[in-house]
Amino acid sequence: MSIRHGLLALLAQGPRYGYQLRAEFETSTGATWPLNIGQVYSTLSRLERDEMVTRVGADDEGRFVYRITPAGERDVLRWFATPIARGDRPRDELAIKLAMAVTTPGVDVRQVVQTQRTASLRALQDFTRLKAEAPRTPADQGDTAWRLVLESMIFQAEAEVRWLDHCESFVARALPPAAPPGTAADVADLPSGSEEARR
Amino acid sequence: MSVLAMTSVSRDHGAGAGLVHALAEVSLEVRAGEFVAVMGPSGSGKSTLLTLAGGLDTPTSGQVVVEGADLGAMRAAARSALRRRSVGYVFQDLNLIPSLTAAENVMLPRELDGVRARRAREEAGRALQEVGVADLAARYPDEMSGGQQQRVAIARALVGDRRLVLADEPTGALDSHTGEDVMRMLRARCDAGAACLMVTHESRHAAWADRVVFLRDGRIVDATPGRPGPETLLQEAR
Repeated sequence: MSIRHGLLALLAQGPRYGYQLRAEFETSTGATWPLNIGQVYSTLSRLERDEMVTRVGADDEGRFVYRITPAGERDVLRWFATPIARGDRPRDELAIKLAMAVTTPGVDVRQVVQTQRTASLRALQDFTRLKAEAPRTPADQGDTAWRLVLESMIFQAEAEVRWLDHCESFVARALPPAAPPGTAADVADLPSGSEEARR
Repeated sequence: MSVLAMTSVSRDHGAGAGLVHALAEVSLEVRAGEFVAVMGPSGSGKSTLLTLAGGLDTPTSGQVVVEGADLGAMRAAARSALRRRSVGYVFQDLNLIPSLTAAENVMLPRELDGVRARRAREEAGRALQEVGVADLAARYPDEMSGGQQQRVAIARALVGDRRLVLADEPTGALDSHTGEDVMRMLRARCDAGAACLMVTHESRHAAWADRVVFLRDGRIVDATPGRPGPETLLQEAR
């Protein structure tokens, strides 16, 4: 998540105090990614070092106002214009876990898939409840922004469930079901030739 | 109170070597006001579950109780009367009758049930209003968009205060926005006290339900916990 670009985008709308940036960032994203004020100030000082923002004036309590520089404005425009590369995202733990599950003996891959699917659907239910409780038409811009973030989480959860469905059918075709010890009958029930034919 | 209670329901097809357990020992309850979604790969028994719940098919063993009435213990005539009175169906293929207007399509099940035309028309008007297409009452199916037709089909499923709504992929070919409207309608109906059982392969639609049940090879393999109601809260407090 780019806090840096999020803050720059807010500053592109006009100069702001640090605490203002934090509040506006959270409003825009529906408090999905809560920031602490320390993160805001450390990000601002890096932006200042890179000459993307400058400090101007201070209020009575010594708090600075930050203003975006032309270089910062160019950076924001570039950010909006550039798609996010898949590789920029952190490693997907779930994909790693499933890959490990397939290669580790004694792990019931279907069960790993199902456990995750139930959890993903619960998350999807929570998001959908939030959506159902909100008015159908967003009340203002902040609400619209929050709804877009919410929809993005819904789509991601949905994609994850679809991917799990795919994994399950793929694994069912490629691997024999994990038989509890001593039940050869389950193996005998396999559709003929599914595993043998591959060898 | 449960509107639908299925206990150890199994359904076999074929015999001998060709025997298929479409559904095996499934127990499922849908209470008034509850929205339950069923998910599972194709061939997992989802549609079988729905046809058994609606009394359109008979289980090989087990019990299906709708509004307190055991479907297996009823005569065919009584069962179809209960079906018309208590159960509404929403299918992927809308099955609106092309030669009837929207209002007439919605009136039809009530008239079949012996309700007089005038009252049936009033009820149809209210049902169409509820799904937001009161102004389309006089239109024929081919004069409506897919989304409008689906709304009429839902109005037909809800008319006359049916308490059990069975939906099989109700968003079918609708775009995501219209699909969401359909989910909102079913959700609202449940919030008003109906029980809804919906089969879907779309997780984004299943997520509108209070509880999602996963079927695989004719068996329930998992479920998300239901929304806590007063009873569960009381149990937890104890």
